[in-house]
Amino acid sequence: MGRALAVFIWVMTILSVWMFVSGRWWFPVAISEHGPAYDRQFFLTIMVVGIAFAAAQVALGYAVWRFRDTGGGVRAVYTHGSNRLEMIWTVVTAIIFITLALLGQRVWFSLHMQPAPAGAAQVRVLAQQFQWNFQYAGADGKFGHTDPRKISDESLNYVGLDDTDPAAKDDVVVQTLVTEVNRPVELILMSRDVTHSFWVPQLRYKQDAVPGLEIPIHFTPNQKGRYEIACAELCGQQHYKMRSYMLVLPADEYDSLMALPQAQFQARISELYKNTLSRLTNLP
Amino acid sequence: MAEDDIPNEAHGTEEHAAEHGAAVHHHGPPTSFIRKYVFSIDHKVIGIQYLLLALFSVFLGMLMSIMMRMNMTWPGHSWWLLAKLFPTGAPGGVMSPEFYLSLVTMHGTMMVFFVLTTAPQGGFGNYFLPIQIGAEDMAFPVLNMLSFWVTFLGLAVLVSAIFAAGNGVIGPTGGWTAYPPLSAIGDVLNVPGQGMGMNLWIISIALFCGGSLLGALNFITTLLNLRTRGMSLMRMPLTCWAWFTTAVLALLAFPVLLAAGVLLFLDKNLGTSFFVPAGLSTGTTVIDHAGGSPIMWQHLFWFFGHPEVYIAILPGMGATSHILSTFARKPVFGYRAMVFALFAIGLLGFFVWGHHMFISGMSPYTGMAFSVLTLSIGVPSAIKTFNWLGTLWGGRIRFKTPMLFAIGFVSLFVAGGITGLVLGQTTLDLSMHDTYFVLAHFHLVMGVAAIFGMFAGMYFWFPKMFGRMMNETLGRIHFWPTIIGVYCIFIPMHVMGIVGMPRRYSQFYEIVNGQVQMIYNFNRPTVPLIHFVTWAAIITVSVQVIFIFNFFWSMFKGQKATDNPWEATTLEWTTATPPPHDNFGGRVPTVYRGAYEFSVPGAPDDFVMQTTPDETEANIVTTAGTHAVQGKGDGHNGHG
Repeated sequence: MGRALAVFIWVMTILSVWMFVSGRWWFPVAISEHGPAYDRQFFLTIMVVGIAFAAAQVALGYAVWRFRDTGGGVRAVYTHGSNRLEMIWTVVTAIIFITLALLGQRVWFSLHMQPAPAGAAQVRVLAQQFQWNFQYAGADGKFGHTDPRKISDESLNYVGLDDTDPAAKDDVVVQTLVTEVNRPVELILMSRDVTHSFWVPQLRYKQDAVPGLEIPIHFTPNQKGRYEIACAELCGQQHYKMRSYMLVLPADEYDSLMALPQAQFQARISELYKNTLSRLTNLP
Repeated sequence: MAEDDIPNEAHGTEEHAAEHGAAVHHHGPPTSFIRKYVFSIDHKVIGIQYLLLALFSVFLGMLMSIMMRMNMTWPGHSWWLLAKLFPTGAPGGVMSPEFYLSLVTMHGTMMVFFVLTTAPQGGFGNYFLPIQIGAEDMAFPVLNMLSFWVTFLGLAVLVSAIFAAGNGVIGPTGGWTAYPPLSAIGDVLNVPGQGMGMNLWIISIALFCGGSLLGALNFITTLLNLRTRGMSLMRMPLTCWAWFTTAVLALLAFPVLLAAGVLLFLDKNLGTSFFVPAGLSTGTTVIDHAGGSPIMWQHLFWFFGHPEVYIAILPGMGATSHILSTFARKPVFGYRAMVFALFAIGLLGFFVWGHHMFISGMSPYTGMAFSVLTLSIGVPSAIKTFNWLGTLWGGRIRFKTPMLFAIGFVSLFVAGGITGLVLGQTTLDLSMHDTYFVLAHFHLVMGVAAIFGMFAGMYFWFPKMFGRMMNETLGRIHFWPTIIGVYCIFIPMHVMGIVGMPRRYSQFYEIVNGQVQMIYNFNRPTVPLIHFVTWAAIITVSVQVIFIFNFFWSMFKGQKATDNPWEATTLEWTTATPPPHDNFGGRVPTVYRGAYEFSVPGAPDDFVMQTTPDETEANIVTTAGTHAVQGKGDGHNGHG
């Protein structure tokens, strides 16, 4: 029984490690400036985790194989432990774990502790059940005033844009996030009902949109294409298909799009989806 | 520490017992059926009641998980039985997304509260903590009965939530974490199940908090006051340390959840705004709340919720340490370090709740502090693992079923716990948060490992509880597919999470004309794994029937157990099987040594009971050529 258990533990360890290294199941290609740094930190961590996992399982398997009771009345070693060993493994694990914790702050720091770089495009994001609304300031560069009392899904005013505010006249609200390749973008995440979470796997970025808060995040997409935006915080029955897209466009396409008013903006996006996107799409 | 509990020659036996409150039994054995088996104040009966409650809940919870798997694997399929049972939640037998979410909610609530919190602590702890410290009962037997029945009421209310919802869904749909505003104003937003179902959920949890608090008080008092002569703190079995630490955590954590639950109930029903901010909209009208913070709920919830993880796992750690030592025929390696590690985990467990909230909108500075504290908690966890290996090292391992599950616990605890190093990092959480990676992590460590701890405990203590052995062959047949199955279920979920698969999605693809159509293309690589995991889950859940059969069959037909079938050392094995009403039949056990004296050189057997008098020990010590301080021992003998 001891040998069977040992073999099981070893085989299980090999199969588990195989799942991680097979390459079939891994992150999609990173498309943000911080993506490679994220991937390096993940790789470092998963190496430490994998080695520790394998070492512990192999040792466990060895112990149950080697120290099984084989009869003959031989007794076990009589010991209550070793303070020296306790000290060694406490200090060694503490050093490794704390080092990982500190290294694991770098990307976080660059994203959350630094303001968005100058020249970042600003987009206000208002999440609702079960849709993402992206508000662009338009030609004047100023976001129009919004008011929850003006929200009306029936008249498609999802964000409650106040039409008495002159700055609101040229604002555009669509359900697609449009960004420019290699240009930082700052999203102001908000929600008008329950907590949602903005999640694009290729970006390596996830952030909750919380009712009552305006949460600024910034990142720089660096590969053209169309990417799926998912909701990562349970928000109700349609949570599983609260999907939008993020477009990462070349500068000229982006600029010409941003100059358009609401109706044409929307039409142009539809057109992009139909024609241009086939060459931009970065899907498997 | 507990110097005054060491036998003191100035006191006579009776005098001592009376002074310390130990062995004073305030109630005689009941005779009526109701007082004996239903409203019993005997900790042994209450322990078994808790175990049966957990057994009922775990099967309901597993059934729900299988239904969830079926829905995501074969979306749109019509299940004949569901059409009959839930005509609204699963119209035509096809599970609706809200039906799925209510399964998510009920599965989580059932498992976390009514299985992982009740069985290891209320069940095994209740039964064996008093016996292992040599007491006749809990300190407050009536309180003990009350804590069980309040918990039972909580379960009844939770089950009623399945059927109470007017719109025919099965209960609340907001997840076991019940984040507001979804939980507070979900009904205003027309989210199914968030009306009466949500109210019943809150009431159920509030009752559960009450029951757990009473239990925690009782455990702490019992352990501190009712230890028998000679049972100093450092001579206690590690199980007792684990139950004690767990009780302290429960005492400090549950009141916070109770308070949060009350506030949520007020928000939901009486128009207060603790968790709901101003300016929310239904899409047509502004919602009439102002001034609350959704993040405050998350702080309160996880201030409870993270210690809760340890409430679930610590008793399993205690049982594992106990069983590994017993079946390796070797003293626990680093007993003192094990005790300190338990306490370190318990203490640090209160300072890491923020790692559930890195991306919640909480200050990113706070996140960085929580991250460092979180990875620190890996240190005492690693200490425990090393000591378990140290306990096995050089042992003479007997592979009885309890030992198989205890070794399984160690393997699973490592596999599940170690990915905390990934999830505890702020940076990595940017991608991993709320994916299947998280699901894999906590199911392995607090779900399956904890359940293995319970299985180990059940196979180990069953003979003492019911006077008969569980069938060893059936035990092995149960063990193998279970451990293979749980690895097949949860290891693949890690890589699904790396791919990006989000939690709590009722489905990931639709079947259109027999073709798989992804809802999110990034999830495409996970499709074969979804099928694989579902089949693994179905098989693993099915083989649990073997355990149920073994459990009930052995209760009546099992081989008769002797008083100490495993040749173990602690007090529960010194008394009759099953123990009499007052545990030791009027005797007051005296303890002379630590809990894990196995393979002592020169001793007649390879185990020395805690009650074996000192003279023997002195002889042994002389032959072994070492020295010991009479009656107290030194650190070397494990009971300083």
